[in-house]
Amino acid sequence: MSAVSESRHRELGLTDFEYERITELLGRDPNEVELAMFSLLWSEHCAYKHSRKLLERLPTTGERVVMGPGENAGAVDVGGGYAVAFKVESHNHPSAVEPFQGAATGVGGILRDVFAIGARPIAVLDSLRFGELSSERSRYLFEGAVAGIGHYGNSIGVPTVGGEVYFEPPYEHNCLVNAMCVGLARTDEMIRSAAAGPGNLLVIMGASTGRDGIGGASVLASAELEAGDDSKRPSVQIGDPFEESKLLECCLELLERGLLVSLQDLGAAGLTSSAGEMASKGGVGIDIDVARVPLREPDLEPFEVMISESQERMLAVVEPARLDEVIAACERWQTGAAAIGEVTDTGRLRVLQDGVEVGDVPVDALVDQCPLYDLEPAEPAGWMYGNQGTLSEGGPREILLSLLSSPNIASKRWAFEQYDSVVGSRTARRPEAADAAMLMLPESERAIAASIDGNGRRVACDPYAGAVEAVLECAQNLACVGAEPLGLTNCLNFGNPEKPNVAWQLDRAVLGLADACRGLGVPVVGGNVSLYNETEHGPIYPTPVVGMVGELPDPARAPGLAPREGDRLLLVGPFAPSLAGSELAKLRGELDAGLPQPEIGRVAKALAFARELVREGAVSAAHDASDGGLACCLAEMAIASRVGISADLDPLVELRGGSGESCLFGEGPGGLVLAVEERAVEEILRRAEQAGIDALEIGSVKPDRVALSAAECEIAVTVADAARAWHSLGESL
Amino acid sequence: MIGVLQFPGSCDERDALDAVRRIGEGRLVWHEETDLGGLDGIVVPGGFSYGDYLRAGAIARFAPAMEAVARFAAAGGPVLGICNGFQVLCEAGLLPGALLPNEGLRFICRQVELVAEAFGGPFGAELSAGERLSVPVKHMSGRYFAPDDELDRLEGEGRIAFRYAPGENPNGSVRDIAGVTNGAGNVLGLMPHPEHAVDPLTGSDDGLALFRALAQAPHTAAA
Repeated sequence: MSAVSESRHRELGLTDFEYERITELLGRDPNEVELAMFSLLWSEHCAYKHSRKLLERLPTTGERVVMGPGENAGAVDVGGGYAVAFKVESHNHPSAVEPFQGAATGVGGILRDVFAIGARPIAVLDSLRFGELSSERSRYLFEGAVAGIGHYGNSIGVPTVGGEVYFEPPYEHNCLVNAMCVGLARTDEMIRSAAAGPGNLLVIMGASTGRDGIGGASVLASAELEAGDDSKRPSVQIGDPFEESKLLECCLELLERGLLVSLQDLGAAGLTSSAGEMASKGGVGIDIDVARVPLREPDLEPFEVMISESQERMLAVVEPARLDEVIAACERWQTGAAAIGEVTDTGRLRVLQDGVEVGDVPVDALVDQCPLYDLEPAEPAGWMYGNQGTLSEGGPREILLSLLSSPNIASKRWAFEQYDSVVGSRTARRPEAADAAMLMLPESERAIAASIDGNGRRVACDPYAGAVEAVLECAQNLACVGAEPLGLTNCLNFGNPEKPNVAWQLDRAVLGLADACRGLGVPVVGGNVSLYNETEHGPIYPTPVVGMVGELPDPARAPGLAPREGDRLLLVGPFAPSLAGSELAKLRGELDAGLPQPEIGRVAKALAFARELVREGAVSAAHDASDGGLACCLAEMAIASRVGISADLDPLVELRGGSGESCLFGEGPGGLVLAVEERAVEEILRRAEQAGIDALEIGSVKPDRVALSAAECEIAVTVADAARAWHSLGESL
Repeated sequence: MIGVLQFPGSCDERDALDAVRRIGEGRLVWHEETDLGGLDGIVVPGGFSYGDYLRAGAIARFAPAMEAVARFAAAGGPVLGICNGFQVLCEAGLLPGALLPNEGLRFICRQVELVAEAFGGPFGAELSAGERLSVPVKHMSGRYFAPDDELDRLEGEGRIAFRYAPGENPNGSVRDIAGVTNGAGNVLGLMPHPEHAVDPLTGSDDGLALFRALAQAPHTAAA
């Protein structure tokens, strides 16, 4: 074992302090193989060294939790012997370098996380952030990422059922691509990743190992992006959904037949991370002989084999007596399989080449001994980001049309029509048909709903309130279809945590997530952290993306967005609209620090009330007031109804104060518009009053126009004109 | 018993099997199977067989099971090819024409209206001419094409099974054609997905008619 040059660890992203720590833990200097392994597992991406302490604040337990954080994906019980597994993960920097493959492999990776625990993937949702569409680069990234998500999801036969996209200047140089996968498993067939049983074999399955993605996690995901990053293309992996389709079916068959002891996907940091984590969780050691790993090209160095991020690979622990059956199943599915090592009782990860030791490190040092850092948060003096007003002067009607055609609010049909949303025959609500996607689970005779959200601009205005709102928004979407939240996954996309202002955003946002989850009683069952989303132009908007899954008893009763002619419209919840941080404030160039503080408990109560009404079958359409405020919410319902809506918001102006404009276009959590039959109105209002929940009758479904009034403001626009504005996204592409 | 083919890379085979089972019995047929004895009908399902990296359906047509499907079809057995299955049947020469990349060069997933033509065979018998069906499409290469003289002949022989309703053609298919049959009418291929139209809760149940036809076709094949 030859020692390596003195500065090598810095090139690999380790600090001198960290290098010293490694030397202490090993009792000697690491060799090239060992240093490569440490540099990756001690990267931010793998070790969460700046975020782990914060994440301990999140509530992670609940009576429905089957698997919590730490496994490949979290899972919650949905009854009937079934569990729903889900997780969201980022693939930001690869997508910024090569959007099609970056997004495609992002989907591939999150699918593997879910089938690694024995769940069949049944849905994908995605959360995307780009610069403004006026920028050619943003259009290129958006188009490429959408095509990449479609390419992978469509080919592998998992429906993309929902998602969201925002376009904001701080993402211009650092786009975000987060993908969430939802899977379904028989609870008794789920599997963990802990390696067990010294003498058992380590089997690599799927694609062969090449040089693609060498150091992807450390190079791309744990440092800021810089100009000229095209040279990092070789660090971006290439996806092969056909290979993954075979691997997925093969793994599920092996699990169903009980042939595997444990299973883990190969993601960031490849074999090093997978083998290290499996050994760490099982409290065992692992020997790997790199000469036995099937290679795509002949002359890979041992360290390259250990850290390659070639896609579509899984690592399993198999009892020796079962090996032949496992290999035969892989052959039938035309996917690779090779025994490359074994489980030991040494507690060490040993790397061999043709039986000769080329690396030997304690598993514990590699996986658990990375130094954790305390953040040094400092609140910024004011609004850290710019303002680019684009709205020309105009009355409320012009404002409404501008908001409806703003890419953040406009229909995303251009994107979601590129995704297969129906394969699997579970999709009871397709994208934009309701506030949450809804999937039927005939296996347990119920349905689940899923939503993903996280408005970074609002988090930038107030990281605490904005993060609370992201959780509430998901819960609101679920309530609109009658679903009760079961669990939550999150992806924390932030800038460089070593910078005090970003550290402050991260600290406040995690606190907000924790408070909102506690307030709603929703456990966090898994997630991902993506830091260093920052360039010389500054950090991104702090963007905690929240994915939530809930359950509902009767999908046939779940309302969509389209009310029926004659329906009355009720506004339910403590919605107190404010222009602070709103889409309108953005268009006017009036963004500033600060948001009203959300009342989590009151929102939770209102959502429970709405959910009850939906489950009774009393609600024909439901939509929450979100981006663009009540005016856009009502216009979207009017467009969906193909009829029209007439609403008078004076009762809201009276209740909350503020201007007509802020009641029409102001934003904030806790506002659901429910469409109900006229004869049900009185009784619902009475029940709301009894329960101490704000409920106002604000309008009805009437032909031809979106007619809204609030104090000094009057809007009248034909449904056709509103629809034209709302469907204009494709025109800018 | 209806058989649903399964190639590596198939996506909609379970959906098709579920659709079949709403009407009768069904099972998956592995792509290496060559004995289709005991089957009364075949579905060649959608998906990306063998990854479709070469040209949609170009590799699957050489699968051992496809030779058996050709014999089954020649003996008069009913065969329904959906999306990738339609592409495979065209590649195999069991149906006329070809499926080209969509006019917009993008994958498209959308609910569309189909209009049934007057056409023969077991599938045509389940539908009346002019009947409208709401069924989703989802494909990258769904633009039906055949030369004009061939199209004239197909129309003359009553072999156009479905057209996209006016204004609904999602992919630039020539003469709005969404599905065609072979000369005998026992082989039907279409780009839209009837197996995703078997339950009002997931969109519509207009697609059930085709599975009914498959289950009820007289068992004539001696595969």
